Amino acid sequence: MTSASAPTLEVRDLRTYFFTKGGVARAVDGVGFSVGRGKVLGLVGESGSGKTVTGFSILGLVDEPGRVVGGEILYHGENLVTASPDRMRALRGANIAMIFQDPMMTLNPVLRIDTQMIEAVQAHGRVSDDEARQRARDALGQVGIPSPDERLRSYPHQFSGGMRQRVAIAIALLNKPDLIVADEPTTALDVTIQGQILFEVQKLCEETGTALIWITHDLSVVAGLADEICVMYAGRVVEQGSVDAVLDRPMHPYTHGLIGSVPSRNRRGRPLSQIPGMTPSLLSLPEGCAFSARCPRVGEACGSVPDISVPEPGRELRCHYPLQETAS
Amino acid sequence: MTVAQENLEIVPRGADDAAKFEGVQTPFRRFLSDFCESKLAVLGFVVIVAITLVAIFAPVLAPTDPYDLATVSVLDGRLGPGEAMMSGVTAHLGTDGAGRDMVSAMIYGLRISLGVGIGSGVIAMLIGISVGLFSAYAGGRIDSVLMRVVDIQLSFPAILVALILLVTLGKGVDKTIIALVFVQWAYYARTIRGTALVERRREYIESAVCLGLSERRIIFRHLLPNCIAPMIVVGTMQVAHAISLEATLSFLGLGMPQTEPSLGRLISNGFEYIMSGKYWISVYPGIALLVTIVSINLVGDRLRDVLNPRLQK
Amino acid sequence: MSVFIIRRLLQAGLVVVVMSFIVFSGVFMVGDPVEILVSDDADQEERERIIQSMGLDKPFIVQYGLFVAKALQGDLGESFVFNEPALLLILDRMPATMELAVVALLIAVVFGIPLGVWAGLRPDSLASKSIMTGSILGFSLPTFWVGIMMILLFAVYLGWLPSTGRGDVQVILGMPISVLSWDGFSHILMPAVNLALFKLSLVIRLARAGTREVMHQDYIKFDRAKGLSDARIILIHVLKNIMIPVVTVLGLEFGGLVAFSVVTETVFAWPGMGKLLIDSIGQLDRPVIVAYLMIIVFLFVFINLIVDILYSLLDPRVRLQDVKA
Repeated sequence: MTSASAPTLEVRDLRTYFFTKGGVARAVDGVGFSVGRGKVLGLVGESGSGKTVTGFSILGLVDEPGRVVGGEILYHGENLVTASPDRMRALRGANIAMIFQDPMMTLNPVLRIDTQMIEAVQAHGRVSDDEARQRARDALGQVGIPSPDERLRSYPHQFSGGMRQRVAIAIALLNKPDLIVADEPTTALDVTIQGQILFEVQKLCEETGTALIWITHDLSVVAGLADEICVMYAGRVVEQGSVDAVLDRPMHPYTHGLIGSVPSRNRRGRPLSQIPGMTPSLLSLPEGCAFSARCPRVGEACGSVPDISVPEPGRELRCHYPLQETAS
Repeated sequence: MTVAQENLEIVPRGADDAAKFEGVQTPFRRFLSDFCESKLAVLGFVVIVAITLVAIFAPVLAPTDPYDLATVSVLDGRLGPGEAMMSGVTAHLGTDGAGRDMVSAMIYGLRISLGVGIGSGVIAMLIGISVGLFSAYAGGRIDSVLMRVVDIQLSFPAILVALILLVTLGKGVDKTIIALVFVQWAYYARTIRGTALVERRREYIESAVCLGLSERRIIFRHLLPNCIAPMIVVGTMQVAHAISLEATLSFLGLGMPQTEPSLGRLISNGFEYIMSGKYWISVYPGIALLVTIVSINLVGDRLRDVLNPRLQK
Repeated sequence: MSVFIIRRLLQAGLVVVVMSFIVFSGVFMVGDPVEILVSDDADQEERERIIQSMGLDKPFIVQYGLFVAKALQGDLGESFVFNEPALLLILDRMPATMELAVVALLIAVVFGIPLGVWAGLRPDSLASKSIMTGSILGFSLPTFWVGIMMILLFAVYLGWLPSTGRGDVQVILGMPISVLSWDGFSHILMPAVNLALFKLSLVIRLARAGTREVMHQDYIKFDRAKGLSDARIILIHVLKNIMIPVVTVLGLEFGGLVAFSVVTETVFAWPGMGKLLIDSIGQLDRPVIVAYLMIIVFLFVFINLIVDILYSLLDPRVRLQDVKA
């Protein structure tokens, strides 16, 4: 939004629905954001808020019974929603890469690391085995894996979780994509490993100009990493803007609640605030604002879905009764 | 939470909600409606009921008595379908080499095949349940020795074990049942032990122990009912297997004696005449056998899908 | 790896010893071999002489010891009917059975895996449901009846294929092989398909279940995110994963194929060791029965060993566990 040049990725009014036996689940319902070159966008929300499905929608990896039913995903101006499967396959892994949440599950347990890396290179162009291996070795070195030659000949189970995630990140970097979608890549890792990986990813983005969408439920990660932040709730973006603005002065009651429920040193001894209730089922969302049932500021207008408002430049909000001043 | 789970998560919640709104739904009703979703399985069940009724009322339904040596005449041998026998009765599906009306022989043969299959299945299940539960509950060395025995037995094909038993035992209904029980009990024992070991670690058994209930009560009133579902599945499949095995053994000349032909024996008898084109002696009993086994397997297959807790929505 | 193999070897040896004891006591202790050996008109002296010469007057344990001692030297007794060493009789017929079993296994794998994978990729399609219903049929059809029906159709009515025997054989490295000539091939086709049907259904089910499970794994989605083609994902990533259960089960089932060839060989008069067993049972030729059982036990234990080793080669995780253990 703020960058002057054309964004790497722009998502407009994306709708991805799941047509299940029990009804239609609107996992993503009118999501829009954009991310520019070298920028990091934090996509924040609870489990089931639609953030992962948003990520899969961008890569065209939504599985049955899910379907992208509306909106546009513009990658350098090209609409990926209408792109052919072959075109999507060519883009995936080459221009747009993804890193998954659970490093224990993302590598095929019965194939060696070199097989899994070389095939990723060779899927996008005629590259000799030796050259592909060289690139795999370089990528492993790039993410800080010692003795990459030896590591290439190993099987995934011979790596620790943190190492596997580095391998997954190395695979994502292999073809020098200019957009990476990272779906909670550090959630399953120890805090110290998490810190190392965050540092390295941030460095890589700055160096290469890769745009990054970092999906997480952890606000503290976003605070340290992202430039922009999108807060999602029940398939919609409820608030977005620059990290500093949103985290310092949240306007949506949900964002406010989310920030309040992060334990922090400064507030030791005082009870943590919490958001009452649970994330609603996507099959039986309440009428109007999905957060209304749990919202402390709920009012009459909340029976209808709030429109997107722009309370200040570079910020968007979906709320009838926003918080005006910082309360925390 | 992995990627896949987050996507799937939408479904179970919806299913729960649906259950709430439909009002009272007993587990049995739910099972019944799940089962009936597969039309093939329902068809299989209907056929099983029909076949069982035919087997039970064989003496009433069969046009002639194939065991009555006074009326069976070799002169009627190998009549084609639709020809009349000397007694004036029409043999709709022909007669076999000994002059038995095929329809009657098949009805009685079905009776023997089903009887042997179900009989051996029930006895094997009782033995298997006892051994399996005992093994699971005793644990330790007794458990590992018993399961070693089960493993070794299961590593040999049933047909071979039954063959050897029948070689040493000889022919007859009782001996066939003994051989079939012997090859089947281990499946039941292993299944129920596995289930019982899982169930035993559940909280409700712990709470029963804490309540100070007697061991016998815990085993039979708490543990056993929770192991029933897999037993039903294994049981159905095993009965089909036993019927097929008995037929095979009879075909090989072991198992049922010539005087009381099971379906397998009838097919075997007809095999001699196959090259001369007298197909009916083998084909019709074979179809009866096939329909029986397929029906049981269709029901068993569906039961496995419905009762398997891992696959449940 | 060598520790792994040595441990498996020791286990295998133990099973062979235990099974030899069971087979010996089972077959030799039930019934009286003298009744069969000695002709009815032999006098008491003749009987005594035979009993002594066979060592049947000695205690059970001694008899078993003698049996083992002889078996270790490759002597499993002499056939009553053929007056030949039982072992030789069986080994003579083994290649025919092995060829039948191997061809049947190939049929099961070559047709079963593609069908199963296909059914697993599109579980709700009509084709997939037909495949699965067909596999239930394959499980349900009694082998011998299918064999008879095949003879009726292809040999009696259509006259395309011969119904019995083995046909021409070519001798390759001392092994007579049928499949190399058209005549031999036409003879083995029906029995091999007949024997394969059950295993084919099994392979289809295993491959389908495996495919369905693997397709839902994150690493398959990650493969797609890497931009791999569907062909590579299925042929490399899915197949290598489902090969593990398929190889294990098939290996174990190979013994079952050999055992079940008893039925197929009887139907098609295939001159293998299974038919020899049935004939020997009919003629109460005990040494041949015992020898057959011992060979089968040996075969089974050997196959289990091979499967274990293959399994560890296919699945790197097993090797690791074993080193840790």
